Amino acid sequence: MSDSLLPDFPDEVVTETKVHYVALPGGVGKAALLTLDNGRDHKRPNTFGPAGLASLETALDKVAARDDLAAVCLTGKPFIFSVGADLSVFRQLTSHEQVLEIGRLGHRVFGKLATLPVPSFAFVNGAAMGGGLEVALHCSFRTVSSAAPALALPEVFLGLIPGWGGATLLPRIAGPDNAVTVIVQNPLTYNTMLKPKQALALGVADVLLDGADFVEQSLAWAASVVSGAVSVERPDATDDEWTRAMARAAGIVAARTKDVPPAPQRALDLLARGRGSVADGFAAEDQALADLTLSPELAASLYAFDLVQKRAKRPVGVPEVEPATVSFVGLVGAGLMARQLAVLIAEKMGVPVHLVDIDDDAVSRARAALTDDLQGRVAKGRLRRDLASRLQEQITIGTDRSALAEADLVIEAVVEDLAVKRHVFADLEEVVRDDCVIATNTSSLPVSLMAKGLRHPERVVGLHFFNPVAVMQLVEVVRAQQSDDRSIATAFAVTKQLKKSAVLVVDSPGFVVNRVLIRLLSEVMSAVDEGADFATVDRSLDPLGMPMSPFALLELVGTGVAAHVVGAMHQAFPDRFASSTTLDALASGGFSTVYDAERGAPAIDPAVATLVPASDAPPTSDDVRDRVLRALAEEIGLMLDEGVVSSAADIDLCMVLGAGWPFWLGGITPYLDRCGVAVAVRGHTFHDGIPDASR
Amino acid sequence: MVRSALGSPREVVFVDGVRTPFGKAGSRYANTRADDLIVKVIRELLRRNPSLPADRIDEVAIAATTQIGDQGLTIGRSAGILAGLPQSVPGYSIDRMCAGAMTAVTSLGAGIAAGAIDVGLAGGVEHMGRHPMGEGIDPNPRFVAERLVNPDALVMGKTAENLHDRFPHLTRERADAFAAASQQKVADAYAADAIQADLVPVAVWADEGGWDLSSADEPPRPGTTTEQLAELRTPFRPGGHVTAGNAAGLNDGATGALVTSAAVADELGLSAKMRLVGYAFAGVDPALMGVGPIPSTERALSRAGLSIDDIGLIEINEAFAVQVLAFLDHYGIPDDDPKVNPYGGAIAFGHPLASSGIRLMIQLARQFSERPDVQYGITTMCVGLGQGGTVIWENPGYTGEGSAA
Repeated sequence: MSDSLLPDFPDEVVTETKVHYVALPGGVGKAALLTLDNGRDHKRPNTFGPAGLASLETALDKVAARDDLAAVCLTGKPFIFSVGADLSVFRQLTSHEQVLEIGRLGHRVFGKLATLPVPSFAFVNGAAMGGGLEVALHCSFRTVSSAAPALALPEVFLGLIPGWGGATLLPRIAGPDNAVTVIVQNPLTYNTMLKPKQALALGVADVLLDGADFVEQSLAWAASVVSGAVSVERPDATDDEWTRAMARAAGIVAARTKDVPPAPQRALDLLARGRGSVADGFAAEDQALADLTLSPELAASLYAFDLVQKRAKRPVGVPEVEPATVSFVGLVGAGLMARQLAVLIAEKMGVPVHLVDIDDDAVSRARAALTDDLQGRVAKGRLRRDLASRLQEQITIGTDRSALAEADLVIEAVVEDLAVKRHVFADLEEVVRDDCVIATNTSSLPVSLMAKGLRHPERVVGLHFFNPVAVMQLVEVVRAQQSDDRSIATAFAVTKQLKKSAVLVVDSPGFVVNRVLIRLLSEVMSAVDEGADFATVDRSLDPLGMPMSPFALLELVGTGVAAHVVGAMHQAFPDRFASSTTLDALASGGFSTVYDAERGAPAIDPAVATLVPASDAPPTSDDVRDRVLRALAEEIGLMLDEGVVSSAADIDLCMVLGAGWPFWLGGITPYLDRCGVAVAVRGHTFHDGIPDASR
Repeated sequence: MVRSALGSPREVVFVDGVRTPFGKAGSRYANTRADDLIVKVIRELLRRNPSLPADRIDEVAIAATTQIGDQGLTIGRSAGILAGLPQSVPGYSIDRMCAGAMTAVTSLGAGIAAGAIDVGLAGGVEHMGRHPMGEGIDPNPRFVAERLVNPDALVMGKTAENLHDRFPHLTRERADAFAAASQQKVADAYAADAIQADLVPVAVWADEGGWDLSSADEPPRPGTTTEQLAELRTPFRPGGHVTAGNAAGLNDGATGALVTSAAVADELGLSAKMRLVGYAFAGVDPALMGVGPIPSTERALSRAGLSIDDIGLIEINEAFAVQVLAFLDHYGIPDDDPKVNPYGGAIAFGHPLASSGIRLMIQLARQFSERPDVQYGITTMCVGLGQGGTVIWENPGYTGEGSAA
């Protein structure tokens, strides 16, 4: 590759292709058995970089030159087929030409599987993603192991397209509709992966074989294909099927991305070429890959991916002290939130949980609600009966606070009222051990004030879970002024056991997610107060491709809660969080949403529309968007200046996990940098160059 | 029809047997676990007998001599789980050293005859690369202090040298000639496709990386001559008789068989390749363990009311050539009698200890199918610490007509 435009990648963990020659069962001849193997264990999966592709090419050239073979078979090392392109290589590419070259290199090497003089087989023995699944698609046939944990073409999720043949080949192999599922729908649905059975059902694989003797039985199946005993039908899709599949794909992309990020659009374009020539399809993949790889959306996506995959798993700022051993957890309050927490803790930590509520009535209602919830989940098949029994036994509810005397951790989840919470904490301190960690699940009240006046205020922390607890991945661990390292370390240890992602936040109004979202809501409501109509405002952020429009968010939060919290934030930061007369009117007028009850979103309730004050020059959609973005840049900048979190990466992580903000915005700060708002508002960008999730 | 020697009206049949290709210890199976070897065998047995619902298996009995690590954890149960058998199918482990798989078959056969079970899956595995002979053993000091056994008893090669002492007319030359013939018979059997059909290929991870496929036995050395064998040294005794050439090697492999009641085989449409007539085990001086097959065969024949003259095919394990010769000498059978190990034996195939008993049965079953003139055959083997085991089988295809090729 001396003429290559590609730089050297000295750090590439090279996946070599090892070649062995084996006898196909049944005496039908000899096969070359190629194994992708990077020489590491399963924790470092096989990937493709330039050297790995070169190794595969050498192996394919070698077997292509032989005239004694009946088949060429490609498989992976134990547990892993291949997880595709080495992303660290892609991150080092700096020019369009370089990306074009690596795209063409992949096509050239993988393409050799399709031009062998004998049939080629992929034995997908383990995880196969991206380029790892694409290399299999170049083969004539595919077997898949029941033991393979996942198969996927996740490129569109990341901001790329399956550009080593996947976008062009899969529709021909599996049909256009199934290709839409794998290439567009799944990546845009929480990056869903295929289980082996689904891969078979969708035609991604031709046969599903048990993991216990997968390579042997794959060879036997290959032998039966070679001998003609087994044949695989791949019916051509009709024009009608193509049209319907493309329409379905376009609908999914519009719904999930508002047609904002470029990768899904390019995927649609590539799929639409499905009936053209393969060579043209590959050339279009090369172009799309080159365009997308150097796009700011991809940089933001890879950053967000690292936030979720790496930073979320190793939170920054965890004190290096021994956390408390938590073997008994108390909860004060037995309302919905408390019960959700109790179930999560009992299930994931396997420890007894005791809930305390004020009177026998509340206790018996809570017990009934808990039983209903657990039995309901059992009835729907979502909870094993034995586990429900265990949870029912491990979760106890009563009125006597002294039952918490031996608790290692107590979390309060009572009404959001500072005086009540302070009272709860003072009472608690009378019964719990001195080393019991006390946490509050408050979403907005100052934790430091709750700790104030306690004999041991250092044990108080915030553990802000989001609703619904079982679904939402984020927990804000709040460090109060008085919190000691042991309490914070315990909070992190507990969130880890609960399989949640925790971010350390210094006690301050709204913490991270609510402060950012409420600032956003406050700005859009101010725009309405100034005369912008609800529909205009609601569409103003569409160009960002947020998952929820502003008033969908308002509906989720509830107008009453929103008015209350905006009011609280206004008290804390009167200069930036304006109280809104329109929002107050919505709340006091009993409107739970701005949307029309009959027609649903985005249609505005005519009664709500009349709340907009008349204006000669109401803000335009662009005005609102600009105002929101500037406000976000300001607020996030201030949060960083105040030291609420250690870096912009933590804010982006919170917004991705806590609010579902999209990867292609990188949460939000990479986008604020890119669109110039960060510089305009703060005089400098949030990130120095390409955003880095580890900083 | 000869009734079961167990005095039971329930006939027991050998339905089918398969095995992995055998490897040299620590060679091609160096990166393959013992439990994975037996799992391949169990799954192949089920694939080859699709009319047997897996949940009709009443018991899994798997033998291994060294029951630790991947040969431990009650391998008869753990291998069943790993092979994907229904959870309802129980299993246990068996150890009678070299006669482990043979004992698995006889134990299950006894259970079938007694009416306790209908279908048994027997097997044996020994990965002598991962578990060298004697790994983890802790002989009681009384063995030596009270002279309960001769110290040679734990070294199989020495017990073979002792046999040469006991039977001086069984010379090294006769042993080498027998060994060379065994290699030739294995080569001929392979050429006639008599072996391959009962092997389950095993994907193996090569030392240099990548999957390879083990689809034929590794140990045989076709073309071995008595001249070459005469050159080999005698590791167990200077100037002795026993060499790497006239003894079985150290090997890795697994075998398995389905045994059922004859009625259930009929009901399920399973083939009955052999009918169990009877069996016996017998103990001998541990320092002369190679003579074990003689008293066990005597006992089995006597219980079945048969004599050695009724036996048309003999599959005897070739742990050592001299031990086979001692058996043949006892019965006055010529060293090169074609009814003895017609496909060759362990000297060429290898001897992964506890698995070998079923290899003998697999070969006898195939010979039965080719020999309608033979009514009875035996599988027999010597066992460490001084035992022998013999199983007598009847050929269901016996017509009394036709003859050896």
